[in-house]
Amino acid sequence: MSQQAVNFIHEQLTTTKKHPKFKAGDNITVNYKIVEGNKERIQSFKGDVIKRQGTGATASFTVRKISDGVGVERTFPANSPHIDSVVLHKVGKVRRAKLFYLRNLSGKSARIKERRVNLADFAAQA
Amino acid sequence: MKGIIGKKIGMTSVFDAAGKQVACTIVEAGPNVVTQLKTVGTDGYAATQLAFGEKKEKNTTKAEKNHFAKAQTSPKSFVKEFRNFSLEKNLGETVTVDIFAEGEKVDVVGTTKGKGFQGVVKRHGFSGVGQQSHGQHDRQRAPGSIGNSSDASRVFKGMRMAGRMGNDRVKLKGLKVIKVFPDQNYILISGSVPGHNGSIVLIQK
Repeated sequence: MSQQAVNFIHEQLTTTKKHPKFKAGDNITVNYKIVEGNKERIQSFKGDVIKRQGTGATASFTVRKISDGVGVERTFPANSPHIDSVVLHKVGKVRRAKLFYLRNLSGKSARIKERRVNLADFAAQA
Repeated sequence: MKGIIGKKIGMTSVFDAAGKQVACTIVEAGPNVVTQLKTVGTDGYAATQLAFGEKKEKNTTKAEKNHFAKAQTSPKSFVKEFRNFSLEKNLGETVTVDIFAEGEKVDVVGTTKGKGFQGVVKRHGFSGVGQQSHGQHDRQRAPGSIGNSSDASRVFKGMRMAGRMGNDRVKLKGLKVIKVFPDQNYILISGSVPGHNGSIVLIQK
């Protein structure tokens, strides 16, 4: 009953986004719309996905990158209207769903092995 | 005052016009039936009694059956009076969720979740006594002193102590209505609302 109601609300109010099929360990760029006053510009955030969280309309994902030697993480709601696009660059070879261990690593050991795939297979399906 | 009786369904989050994610509660509100009209002349005060939720005939007393029969409606499980109701409604008419509009500020009344017997740290926000080290133990969630010794020689009334917590009637004021779905009787209210899912809440203004 309650799940039906939640589903109904999201059918009405949330437009689900079509992203490439990415998971933890993948390297992506999130193009995010920033509104400044009445101007809008797109800011991109490139890094490794360290987690995907939640399901359905309220799902989110966290991207981590090293910026000037400092780790920066950003969490995006997957269905946020501010997300312009998500670009998948590399598919990573990881053995966990949440890569929080990366926070304790730096340099060479913080790299994620790449899995050689055809990126077209992971494209967003309309 | 205008108001409606509803049932808390659960929480989720939606994106507002600015694209910001806002937490909200879904309440299934109404339809309510007007089951009694009280007037200053007959009752000493003006109020409108609303009823919500179905109830089995076999679980209804004769007195209740006749009360609902006067409004020509089936037995209802929850009945509540609203003083000085601002909407013009006659006996037996329904009140639906479309009395509220998007963006309106409403008050929500509910019964909070029962927490059972709780200590002072959780119940009153005390910070416990002392430190963790330096020979201390068993004092971290203690209430400390509850009064003086000889002068007073008693504990003052209202001293905050451990005890039953939750299960209180609480009114949250000024919550924003995010969206109303009159066909489904759903109303989306920003933020949280007292009580567990499925509990009765009053939405009023």
